[in-house]
Amino acid sequence: MSYKAKFKVWRGDAGEGSLEDYGVEVNEGEVVLDIIHRLQATQAPDMAVRWNCKAGKCGSCSAEVNGVPRLMCMTRMSTFTEDETITVTPLRTFPVIRDLVTDVSFNYTKAREVASFEPPAELKPGDYRMAQVDVERSQEFRKCIECFLCQNTCHAVRDHEDNKDHFAGPRFLMRVAELDMHPLDTRERRNEAQEDHGLGFCNITKCCTEVCPEHIKITDNALIPMKERVADRKYDPLVWLGNKIARRK
Amino acid sequence: MSTDTLTYEYDVVVIGAGGAGLRAAIEARAQGRSVAIICKSLFGKAHTVMAEGGAAAAMGNVNANDNWQVHFRDTMRGGKFLNNPRMAELHAKEAPDRVWELEEWGALFDRTKDGKISQRNFGGHEYPRLAHVGDRTGLELIRTLQQAVVSFQQKDFREHGDYEARIKVFAEHTITRLLLDGDRIAGAFGYRREDGQFVLFKAPAVVLATGGIGKSYKVTSNSWEYTGDGHALALLAGATLINMECIQFHPTGMVWPPSVKGILVTESVRGDGGVLRNSEGKRFMFGYVPDVFRKQYAETEEEADRWYTDPDHNRRPPELLPRDEVARSINSEVKAGRGTPHGGVFLDIASRLPAEEVRRRLPSMYHQFKELADVDITAEPMEVGPTCHYVMGGVEVDPDTAASSVLGLFAAGEVAGGMHGSNRLGGNSLSDLLVFGRRAGLGAADYIARLEQDRPEVQDADVDAARTEALAPLEFEAGENPYTVHSELQQTMNDLVGIIRREHEVAAAIEKLGEFRERREKLSAPGSRTFNPGWHLALDLRNMLLVSDCVAKAALERQESRGGHTREDYPVMSATWRKVNLVCSLDEQGRAKLEHKPVPTIRHDLLELFEVSELRKYMTEEELAGLPGMEPADEAVEVAAVEDEVVEAEAEAVEAEAAEVETVEAEAAEAEEPEAEAVEAEEAAEAEAEEPEESEAQSEAESEDAPEAEVSETAEIPAQAEADATESVADVSAADGEEGAK
Ligand code: SF4
Ligand code: SF4
Ligand code: FES
Repeated sequence: MSYKAKFKVWRGDAGEGSLEDYGVEVNEGEVVLDIIHRLQATQAPDMAVRWNCKAGKCGSCSAEVNGVPRLMCMTRMSTFTEDETITVTPLRTFPVIRDLVTDVSFNYTKAREVASFEPPAELKPGDYRMAQVDVERSQEFRKCIECFLCQNTCHAVRDHEDNKDHFAGPRFLMRVAELDMHPLDTRERRNEAQEDHGLGFCNITKCCTEVCPEHIKITDNALIPMKERVADRKYDPLVWLGNKIARRK
Repeated sequence: MSTDTLTYEYDVVVIGAGGAGLRAAIEARAQGRSVAIICKSLFGKAHTVMAEGGAAAAMGNVNANDNWQVHFRDTMRGGKFLNNPRMAELHAKEAPDRVWELEEWGALFDRTKDGKISQRNFGGHEYPRLAHVGDRTGLELIRTLQQAVVSFQQKDFREHGDYEARIKVFAEHTITRLLLDGDRIAGAFGYRREDGQFVLFKAPAVVLATGGIGKSYKVTSNSWEYTGDGHALALLAGATLINMECIQFHPTGMVWPPSVKGILVTESVRGDGGVLRNSEGKRFMFGYVPDVFRKQYAETEEEADRWYTDPDHNRRPPELLPRDEVARSINSEVKAGRGTPHGGVFLDIASRLPAEEVRRRLPSMYHQFKELADVDITAEPMEVGPTCHYVMGGVEVDPDTAASSVLGLFAAGEVAGGMHGSNRLGGNSLSDLLVFGRRAGLGAADYIARLEQDRPEVQDADVDAARTEALAPLEFEAGENPYTVHSELQQTMNDLVGIIRREHEVAAAIEKLGEFRERREKLSAPGSRTFNPGWHLALDLRNMLLVSDCVAKAALERQESRGGHTREDYPVMSATWRKVNLVCSLDEQGRAKLEHKPVPTIRHDLLELFEVSELRKYMTEEELAGLPGMEPADEAVEVAAVEDEVVEAEAEAVEAEAAEVETVEAEAAEAEEPEAEAVEAEEAAEAEAEEPEESEAQSEAESEDAPEAEVSETAEIPAQAEADATESVADVSAADGEEGAK
């Protein structure tokens, strides 16, 4: 069941690079990451690629396969025809280090700018009480494996390098939402989302949601509710206030 | 000293950014020390994210009877009493606090009805004990610790205007050598993966938190980072490892497709009715029930099938035998030519439950096979075989401070040995890394406080030597490809030092390791220093070879079968060997050498948590002398003890059979106790009842961290029987070194 596939892999570093052609064996049941590993083991031992879990759980192996941002370990070869040329390129939004490895430090910088969880000061460890329904909203966002595919895809950074300073990107706006919806967080985060993290740059195209391998409804469940709250549209000040006071108990 | 090396100074360097490393770093920083965290991957990608089951902590949220004593007892039983009892004690006592503090840092565990942290049943744990978040507990743990590190950085930013003033993450860095000043740690040397830049950390204290060694095996659930770095660094610095022969193999890993070979298939599949079949369609496990288990396991498919709905009046299906039995049986079937096309056996749930039911009970397995293997488990069987999962052995440490035998060197998490004895219980890994990660951070901070001005100095010559060593594969031109040596090593370990060990095979492995060692000196990695995986692998191979040498030599030495060490020629546990820690260090040629040291004795107050009849299964009579309730042993016991066998005092049947050197399963008795099982069933039901709907579904899902069976709502697996990993071997003649997974 094995055949020889045509691959084009971007090779190069920060300076320059180009797509290189490879003919490589493909066996039944393999994923794109397997083929990259076969290239390493047989033709290009120095081909740079990130990966860890091979099971879609660590978010390391992000790249663009035929232009689509994906996890390589979750992209099955059987989704391509045998005569199709498969092109693998690094994430476009982040600077290339080498080959398929990009500099994703932007994301770690943004992560650091989101103020940490602030529990009520007097609450002792072991005394936290939260209802399952209340933790579930934030739990959805905590499924994030930080593959940064959404960050890579969002046009607000993908096509506008200069926005990077002012826009945290969907993953970290979602982190703000996650903390905001945490039943015990005491910090007022609404304004921060807008003023510090650039919520306004998002025009709810949902491209981030589409690429999320964890199927998190980033736009619907995190970004839109936050926008609504910021815009005071659907948000009822009394409910909101009651909520914040209640949790300060 | 060469000038092309970046130099940093810290109080504490933590190597590894999984759960143990991050917890250690947080503690050292909280104690006011400056900390460097070195991670081989990006920050937040550590293998800990693969742990799904949960963190075991006797909080008593679901069953108020739980307490640290019960947890301690379960851990010792699981480890077959080879555990360092002080570690097991500290772990059981401190785990609840470690879990609770995660909440302060923002973790969101699943909740009970009254809003507390929900706890899940798990194999080997007497009460529902695992704090969890669906089936992604490890991810929650890593993210929480990662965010706790960030919150320290934010604090430092407010104070010093620099996020990295006192705690900095060096992502994608690899340490290749620890540096000494005399007999004390002085620093660590390594490289930045991104560009091959050499880095030198001057630091009086180093915490190893590098995880396991699975990448020495062909079929493993471990990620590429698990190359035994910490184990090897410790050895090279003069520290010791203990009980490296104890390795946990999980019977059901995926064997197909190749990309996911080794990834776990939860035991819940079997608990929920999944059956194992060979290529002839036969449910072969009925032919592999050892005599000692015959009383508890069904003899016909009809009876086995009735058990799922009526466990009180029927015996358990043989698919639910202890994991070593299952792993070995799979092995034998494959060896006999009745394996699947990809060298496993079939695990069939499709013909057992309606598709809807499979999706409801095993959502995560359903997705895992759908997305990774393009297999619809509601329509076709899975292919499974044993996979290398966890190493119980590791750096020999002081339980209270996590200090190794080298001054300034600490170790925590999977890289440390002792805590789990010869077999780890599921759920005890996440709690282990929190408890001992913190202790290692504290230990390091205290050590530095005692040093005062007397800081060790890095020697230039050592840095130059480390640099030369690291450059060798790049400079050597006509050498071998590191990928070739690596795959041969993996094949060798898998075939010859796998689940079932035979003297001649292990000896052959040791010989081969010697050859690999020579070949490794002449590897070449073409390309530059910029993110060059071939080069990185060439360097990691040194570690894998060192560690494999320890594993193989210890496996040859220990003449008994216990937990994660099964010897075909010594099929039962030996009370004399229980007292022995196999301690590994390096000789002058850099080869592993072994020494026997006593396992630390168990304090009387801890021994008294067990029935004497149970202790007799593990210990010699002298060890038990003086314990209350200790009467002279009866004849049968004495005879068997003389034969150096484990004696099952509670099961009469076993005594009758003790004469035929068959498996003597300590757990048989537990599995037989109806009350215990009934109580558990109730608790399981309770636990489930308290789960919210979504996580109820998830609680069926697989647990990567769980070598033991999870207890599912319909088919309850008696904890103790499953707590048992590789134990004694019955019918080993058919078994073979291929470990059923090619
Ligand atoms: S929905 Fe917003 S954050 Fe997501 S891709 Fe579109 S603009 Fe970006
Ligand atoms: S939100 Fe989804 S796409 Fe974005 S980083 Fe997390 S897992 Fe990846
Ligand atoms: S390797 Fe972990 S997500 Fe692909």
